[in-house]
Amino acid sequence: MQKPDMTVEVAGIKMRNPVMTASGTFGYGAEFADYLNLESIGAMITKGLSLKPKAGNPTPRIVETPGGMLNAIGLQNVGVDAFIAQKLPYLAKVDTPVIVNVYGNTLEEYGEVAARLDGLGGVAGIEVNISCPNVKQGGIVFGTDPQAAAEVVRLVRKSTSKPLIVKLSPNVTDVVSMARACADAGADALSLINTLTGMAIDLDRRRPILANVTGGLSGPAIKPVALRMVWQVAKSVQLPIIGIGGIMNGRDALEFMLAGASAVEVGTASFLDPSAAQTIAREMEQYLIDNGIASVASLIGALEV
Amino acid sequence: MQFKSMVVSNVELSPGYFRMRMTAPLDLLGALPGQFLMLKVSDAIDPLLRRPFGFFDVGTFSAEYAGGGTQCYCEILYKVVGKGTRKLAALHHGDLLDLLAPLGKGFDPGPGCEEKLLVGGGVGLAPLYYLAKVLVARGDKVRLFAGGRNRDDILCITEFERLGVESYVSTDDGTLGESGLVTQVLERHLRASGMRIFACGPTPMLKAVAVMAKKHAVPCQVSMEAYMACGVGACLGCVMKGANHSEETPDYRCVCKDGPVFDSFELQWS
Ligand SMILES: Cc1cc2nc3c(=O)[nH]c(=O)nc-3n(C[C@H](O)[C@H](O)[C@H](O)COP(=O)(O)OP(=O)(O)OC[C@H]3O[C@@H](n4cnc5c(N)ncnc54)[C@H](O)[C@@H]3O)c2cc1C
Ligand SMILES: Cc1cc2nc3c(=O)[nH]c(=O)nc-3n(C[C@H](O)[C@H](O)[C@H](O)COP(=O)(O)O)c2cc1C
Ligand code: FES
Repeated sequence: MQKPDMTVEVAGIKMRNPVMTASGTFGYGAEFADYLNLESIGAMITKGLSLKPKAGNPTPRIVETPGGMLNAIGLQNVGVDAFIAQKLPYLAKVDTPVIVNVYGNTLEEYGEVAARLDGLGGVAGIEVNISCPNVKQGGIVFGTDPQAAAEVVRLVRKSTSKPLIVKLSPNVTDVVSMARACADAGADALSLINTLTGMAIDLDRRRPILANVTGGLSGPAIKPVALRMVWQVAKSVQLPIIGIGGIMNGRDALEFMLAGASAVEVGTASFLDPSAAQTIAREMEQYLIDNGIASVASLIGALEV
Repeated sequence: MQFKSMVVSNVELSPGYFRMRMTAPLDLLGALPGQFLMLKVSDAIDPLLRRPFGFFDVGTFSAEYAGGGTQCYCEILYKVVGKGTRKLAALHHGDLLDLLAPLGKGFDPGPGCEEKLLVGGGVGLAPLYYLAKVLVARGDKVRLFAGGRNRDDILCITEFERLGVESYVSTDDGTLGESGLVTQVLERHLRASGMRIFACGPTPMLKAVAVMAKKHAVPCQVSMEAYMACGVGACLGCVMKGANHSEETPDYRCVCKDGPVFDSFELQWS
């Protein structure tokens, strides 16, 4: 059989395969260059960038939980200007689309960060994080209120001509109404899910383990929740969807595509295995070969219910 | 590098402390003392994350199963403290592991004319043994100050002595060596010049050593521990405060990438 067609296109971003690396789990790309071929994956998403450099939260910031981990990094990042000056030149030389994840403390900051990235070569698109559970201002408010989310999306839409992906929080009662609000406000695609708010306690010390008390749960433990949300949103919104949450292998990734995702992001898996994204893409291709499927895009939303 | 490694041996040295030898590619001979490895203790999703360990030794041996050919190995010295290390303790010759190594920044040995003072306790002695081996091979004068709660925390002293390292042992309860803190013994040996301290162990011990080094103006490097997820500087989970850190001018250092070995003056100890 011929090699299957692994290409997909999301919001006008053409990718050699559907595997993207999730924000905050792949640094600024260069950290992983020794472990995988950056030109073997679909796209790279940077750590969330804010207008000014951000220090992040006190430590401990991470703790392992059964089948997952909690993190409260607090969006430590170099800031958008340092990213453009120091990190982007390296990434721009890699023949793989780079999507910049952006975050604002205020509505205006979201617009300002997006504006600074507009028109820059080497930036294929913007993923707006309205859903980080680990910072006090901004994020979570925008991520849980459809009107506030829509305002962010409208402003970013005005500030950039780049493809605009909005990343949704699972920490809501109705993810579909959030998705609709973002779609109506001008998003080109939706990615979900960000981490689920959680907590870990040290019984003997009678203290929370994370200095921030709560953190975001990621890893295999959240996959069922993520699949459900992707499926619900895919049914109700016309935009392309990027599935995220606990993807550890090619089969996991393909399940998200059946549920309605056009592409996937691999997060925590890159910590366990820095070459995970490449391996997952290869496993997906092998599944297609083994099952005589000609194109990966034919699986998008192919779930039979 | 990422590579598959085979367990060669895994021996309990004293209650709860194990020494494990694993095969490694020849390139690992370039690993510096103080650098570390991350290993996946099993393919299961619990425990999920890799576990970091310093190098206790890196070298070559002639492997019977490789037809007497030369095989590179690395060794770790570990204490069983939780589910990951419990799983490690159950491994046998022939079991396979996935390793990332060498990671991080190692010790800077400094000029040969100085006296090298190694300070550690418990598994903190692990990277110091590999360091001692390298320093002795260079012809440096090396002394070891080993401390712990009791005699079970004092490991591999004979290995150090076999290298020709003079060792000073102290335990809190006096079950081995002098009774008291390792820093008290260290202080008696400190002079203002021609010395360099290398320390690895529990954070309170490192802090005491750092404070003492500052007081006597002796250069001091410490090897730090932190919870780690990625080991490659990507997750920012392992950071600690640099000396000039404040709310307004944050200065976080990654233990996995900027460390685990730091100049003690670079860190904030309060
Ligand atoms: C750079 C580096 C080098 C290290 N070198 C060695 C070594 O040579 N020998 C050795 O025995 N140990 C070493 N450690 C510590 C070792 O990584 C932990 O003991 C191990 O990960 C515990 O795993 P576990 O699953 O058994 O314990 P868990 O079930 O994860 O935890 C059990 C206990 O260990 C503590 N712990 C867990 N992870 C860490 C960690 N990363 N750092 C400190 N405490 C932790 C927890 O607070 C808890 O109290 C090193 C750590 C670092 C960061
Ligand atoms: C350590 C860590 C840092 C993260 N940082 C960000 C971030 O800066 N911006 C963002 O949108 N998501 C961030 N995330 C969320 C991930 O991109 C992803 O949505 C989540 O981890 C779920 O996927 P996973 O189960 O495959 O890890 C972070 C996750 C982790 C574990
Ligand atoms: S362990 Fe991930 S940045 Fe250090």
